[in-house]
Amino acid sequence: MSAESAAAPAAAKTDGWEPKIVAFCCNWCSYGGADSAGMGRFQQPASTRIIRVMCSGRIDPLHVFNAFLEGADAVLVTGCHIGDCHYVNGNDKTKIKYKYLENVVHELGIEKERLQLNWISASEGEKFANFIRDVTAQIKKLGPSPLKPEGVA
Amino acid sequence: MKGSVAVVGGGIAGIQAALDLADSGFKTYLIESRPSIGGVMSQLDKTFPTNDCAMCILSPKLVETARHPNIELLSYSDVKSITGKAGDFKVKVIRKARYVDETKCTGCGSCTEKCPSKVADEYNAGMARRKSIYIPFAQAIPRVATIDAAHCIYLTKGKCGMCKKVCGPKAVDYEQKDKEVELNVGSVVLATGFKPFDPSVLKQYRFDHPDVITALQFERLLSASGPTQGHVTKQTDGKVPKNIAFIQCVGSRNPRINRKHCSSVCCMYATKESIIAKEHDPELNITIFHIDIRAYGKNFEEFYNRAQREYGIKYINSRPSEVTVGPNNALSLKYEDFNTGDLVSKNFDMVVLSIGLDPADSTHALAKSSGIALDDFGNIATSIENPVETSVAGIYVCGVAQGPKDIPDTVAQASAAASKAAALLSPERGTLIKERKFPEEKKLSIEPRIGVFVCHCGINIGSVVNVPQVVEYAKTLPGVTYAQEMLYACSSDSQVTIKDAISKNDLNRVVVASCTPRTHEPLFQNTCREAGLNPYLFELANIREHCSWVHSKEKERATEKAKGIVQMAVAKSALFQPLYKQKVDLINKALVLGGGVAGMTAALDIANNGYHVTLVEKEKELGGMLREMTELYDGKKPADVLKELIGKVSGNKNIKIINEAKLIKVEGYLGNFKGTILASGKELPVDFGAAVVATGARNLEPSGLFEYGKDSHVVTQAQLEKMLANSISAKNVTMIQCVGARSKEREYCGRTCCVDAVKNAIRIKKTNSSANVYVLYRDMRTYGVMEKLYGNARELGVVFIKYEPENPPKVQNGSVIVHDVMLNLDIELASDLIVLSTPLVAGENEEINQLFKIPLDKNKFFLEAHPKLRPVDFATDGIFLCGSAQAPKLIEEAISQASAAASRACTILSRKFIETEGAISIVNEAKCIGCGTCVTVCPYNAPSLYDVTVKAEEVTYTTKKSKINAASCKGCGSCAAACPAGAITAQHFSSKEIGEAIDAFQKGVKSISLEKGVVEVTV
Repeated sequence: MSAESAAAPAAAKTDGWEPKIVAFCCNWCSYGGADSAGMGRFQQPASTRIIRVMCSGRIDPLHVFNAFLEGADAVLVTGCHIGDCHYVNGNDKTKIKYKYLENVVHELGIEKERLQLNWISASEGEKFANFIRDVTAQIKKLGPSPLKPEGVA
Repeated sequence: MKGSVAVVGGGIAGIQAALDLADSGFKTYLIESRPSIGGVMSQLDKTFPTNDCAMCILSPKLVETARHPNIELLSYSDVKSITGKAGDFKVKVIRKARYVDETKCTGCGSCTEKCPSKVADEYNAGMARRKSIYIPFAQAIPRVATIDAAHCIYLTKGKCGMCKKVCGPKAVDYEQKDKEVELNVGSVVLATGFKPFDPSVLKQYRFDHPDVITALQFERLLSASGPTQGHVTKQTDGKVPKNIAFIQCVGSRNPRINRKHCSSVCCMYATKESIIAKEHDPELNITIFHIDIRAYGKNFEEFYNRAQREYGIKYINSRPSEVTVGPNNALSLKYEDFNTGDLVSKNFDMVVLSIGLDPADSTHALAKSSGIALDDFGNIATSIENPVETSVAGIYVCGVAQGPKDIPDTVAQASAAASKAAALLSPERGTLIKERKFPEEKKLSIEPRIGVFVCHCGINIGSVVNVPQVVEYAKTLPGVTYAQEMLYACSSDSQVTIKDAISKNDLNRVVVASCTPRTHEPLFQNTCREAGLNPYLFELANIREHCSWVHSKEKERATEKAKGIVQMAVAKSALFQPLYKQKVDLINKALVLGGGVAGMTAALDIANNGYHVTLVEKEKELGGMLREMTELYDGKKPADVLKELIGKVSGNKNIKIINEAKLIKVEGYLGNFKGTILASGKELPVDFGAAVVATGARNLEPSGLFEYGKDSHVVTQAQLEKMLANSISAKNVTMIQCVGARSKEREYCGRTCCVDAVKNAIRIKKTNSSANVYVLYRDMRTYGVMEKLYGNARELGVVFIKYEPENPPKVQNGSVIVHDVMLNLDIELASDLIVLSTPLVAGENEEINQLFKIPLDKNKFFLEAHPKLRPVDFATDGIFLCGSAQAPKLIEEAISQASAAASRACTILSRKFIETEGAISIVNEAKCIGCGTCVTVCPYNAPSLYDVTVKAEEVTYTTKKSKINAASCKGCGSCAAACPAGAITAQHFSSKEIGEAIDAFQKGVKSISLEKGVVEVTV
């Protein structure tokens, strides 16, 4: 697949190209939000794969780097709203780590749209779907990740 | 006294009561008349207001019931009589001849396939045909065949015998006879449910026409497992209908046929069925003819609004006089258009009758034979203060047998009945039970042998995702030894299939691709355990909520994504290792927050179950909102009710009451909470294993609405309630309903306001019959048996005037001007008292939400774990919910919920130990540098540093290392993410496991190689 896309990079950015997005979701809120999106039938692009962790605090910056290095076009870090963490304050820690991550990822030359943080509760199905829709649209505009062979313009 | 309970009726009410009792240490007999448990809920396609698939949430409960070591299921059995007294009842049960040996039948279905005799299928409400030897539905429990003796060719004519010939295990037994057994139990819970109203007595609705069907039949048409696989078609010609009419209140609110009650659920199920039908076919036109729309429950009004706004479902406020059949068999409805006053005739392709809930025949028979009192409607009689206690001590009631109600109210009552029975028998708790036993775990072969089971979920997944393709794809993945598809992976027969596949193929990892692990992981984990696999060798791939449901219009992409999700799950599961839970002690005490009627009832029930309770009330005195009330709708004085309840609570040696207090701090986990209570400036420590939140709600102050606060004649319904303690002088009283409710800023319905208004209108009329009382309403929501009050009020001359929300009443110079919809006129009502019915609004729930980390809904009421089947649970273990802190509700409903919360809490408090999480974090001591970062980040104080003496070759030094306390660790993994040395592994969510899932998504799994027990996945 990569060879084909590399052959026609300009076209690939807009026509039928579907970005690959990794979304880290915590078990209690944002994964539930994704479930609620399903229960509410809130349609969204099939661009995203969810990785379930028990708490957003579990998300190691290395997991995010790993996702980028493996070729993710975007990485989403999601969790409970601040104050709602099932594990007291896991998402506060996520927030701190995220600030650091954001800087490093930016320094690496990865556009800011490719790493996003969002707090989504288990009842916010529509919000989850909208988030996926928005991010997918943004990444489609940007094209493949610069870390991918086909993403290097 | 016996430590056992008989639960009569195996619908959702009986199932919940049985599970609670069995989990609290009582031997439970569940007696069901039909061949399978599941009741009417098993026939539903979806449930309102979330449109959750009914079978998907029910099936795990069916499986759990069948598996429970303390539940003995007596299906296809009728209760003949109940004799004896509280603590010692004799229940005579007729075990009807099934003509199939339950112990031998495997439920393979060969007999059904070959049986030549076909009869109407009651599971499909007569819309399809089944065989004379049958298993009622795919998820039936027990999964054994039953012969319908009335239609079996062999049993009626002595010929055929086909089923016996084809039955491999020789289970068919034509000689079987009815058998009478006698159970000796301490208590009885009646959950006998209801009988759907038979509309054929209402000749004007032409139920004889094939396209006039009941809502239950329509439900079957909508269901993927129904006669048309979910496609709505006309019975006459098989064509798709264009115009469908629902007629509400068929067999309800109809004194002429002696059915005065409102059936409580029809408005919402009609709305639900309309939405589902529209989702199937957006071209459909659906009109619902109704008297009032009673969307009174949590999120119902929002659901009703969505039906109109998003689905274009039309609601017409009129009760059609008749259905007529014209030439070509065409159907038309005659009704009065209230806007024009004209009699209209309109054609429809299909007419759905929203039939009411009638008391079951068995309820009546049982009540008669056992001396249990019935109410005016034929339901089992109870009182406001004791909503689950029958007239016979020791016999309790729950669900629709007590009066029409929806599923969450039924489930709450079921738990409540369980709580009462358990309290009665509490000295005998644990005397007759068995421990749940799992086979020993089999030795794992080094190589991963992964089994993949891909679920169709009826058509929920299968209609979007190409399931056979996903199965074929799964078979190509490295490490996958076996893959197959399943119609419903969660059904009991599927559990057998999975277990068989595990043993036949020597599987050591299992991946089920179906729905969300948030609901279904425990079920499949137990199946793995029963097959000798550690539960942590299981992974769910969510291809429903995260795939088929959200990509329903992109079938190919959805199939590709489903493959990807399965691939990720397979890659991750290859790394799974067995994990074990540890047993830790628990504190057998409870904390109840809130000393209103709900909190006091919960405290009392827990105390009566034999556990210590700390009851915390913020005010000086107990009583909560009931203190503000002056009369209950049955005429009782709240003060008397409160006096009795407070007396019981304060006199109970197991209850410690702390007034003028609040909880300010809490830490810990299920079974082991530690909190701090602030009372009169002092901080008191409190230990508890479970907590009940019963903090209530408050009345809305309608500032700025209808001259409230400016005109002294304008009061709230709550203020009128107080005024009515003495007689009032007002001659002209006008009540305005839905003030500050069902509006833009507060979408929900207040639920209790209609009942309160009608009650107070009656009180005014009774003390002064010449007084004029007007009630200005949008829909009168006197649901269930409360309909009686509405009738009484009208008989007493209370005038009800319907207004439209677009044209609300106005208060001007002591008068109310209202546009009467029926008359199409503005009316001026001179009023010396104007009463505003305002809803309950959430109290200070945010404080508790922060303390316990339990969620709130958008109206700031507490959000329960599941709106249907877990109405008093929180998603967080060990914390429960009741009363108006969850949503506005009537007193008896709050009391039911309170007892239910108590029952749920007792399922924990009655345990001997708590099992820790299995998927916890562990420290690799060799890598640990003793920096203490984990100690800093952990909110549960699970890691701690200890001194270690390290002996290297030439030096010996002392350093610090971290260790994690298994009992305190909740498995969030924050420490693993924070550890700078990479010394901590969050088991089951290790970096390696997460990494493999990421890699699999991006590149696909190419191979899985194995060396020395370590699995390496290359991508």
